[in-house]
Amino acid sequence: MAYSEKVIDHYENPRNVGGFDKNDPSIATGMVGAPACGDVMKLQLKIDDNGIIEDAKFKTYGCGSAIASSSLVTEWVKGKSIDEATAIKNTDIAEELALPPVKIHCSILAEDAIKAAVEDYKKRQN
Amino acid sequence: MNYFELFNSPAKYDIDLADLSATYQTLQRLTHPDRFANKGEQEKLLAVQKNAELNDAFTTLKSPLLRAEYILQLRGIDLQHEQQTVKDMGFLMQQMEWREQLEDIEQAPEPFDALEQLSDDITEITTQELTELAIKLNDNIEQSNREAADLIRKLKFLYKLQSEIEAKEDALDDL
Repeated sequence: MAYSEKVIDHYENPRNVGGFDKNDPSIATGMVGAPACGDVMKLQLKIDDNGIIEDAKFKTYGCGSAIASSSLVTEWVKGKSIDEATAIKNTDIAEELALPPVKIHCSILAEDAIKAAVEDYKKRQN
Repeated sequence: MNYFELFNSPAKYDIDLADLSATYQTLQRLTHPDRFANKGEQEKLLAVQKNAELNDAFTTLKSPLLRAEYILQLRGIDLQHEQQTVKDMGFLMQQMEWREQLEDIEQAPEPFDALEQLSDDITEITTQELTELAIKLNDNIEQSNREAADLIRKLKFLYKLQSEIEAKEDALDDL
């Protein structure tokens, strides 16, 4: 199965790899895993007082499509409000990266990672 | 006919692997396409199909994880086609840590020993989880089947990790 050019680009030059200090109160952490392939994804968002995502980092152990999906969302969420970020759909990710049907779960994983991070943020607010 | 019926074996998790293998050898001989070389096209085709089904069945039944998944499928829980994500933070943190450890294992003072230690740890946990899985599957009530499904989802991460440990072992061997 051939990867699209965009997947290869993100895979070879992943954006925003790494992590923030998870004890920093402005950092929200989302962790998700896909049993189908055993991929694990961590997405961290740095969120300012107005609920705007200033920065994002990811770490993903998985296939090229999973890495590309998480790399892409770190670019997409920057500058967005948490509500705008949670509106990102897996279909947007799959379309942008031209993922084949068997790799759709990678985009679902990335969407769920955003949601998990935002949930973590909301939990910390309370 | 389901895979268990094909092997004339009760549809349960505990299975005698030696028996399974012996039945496989017998059925394999009976359906081997070579035996049908002089038969008509229809019979040949049927033999090829049966042989392929037999191989799929054997692959599924001899693997603890695939067998468990198949049993749940027979009970109406299809894990193979689900796209559900696991969100258990503690579990995923541990998975992440092991993968990080594996990634940096070349830098350990004794990479091979470190790799073996990691592999042993994962094997031990996998064995424990499989024991738990067997109990849940044998209980066979709605709740225990749900719990079995969760165990299978988690076991898939452990199997994936173990195969990555093996790949790393090969990579270290080549250095």
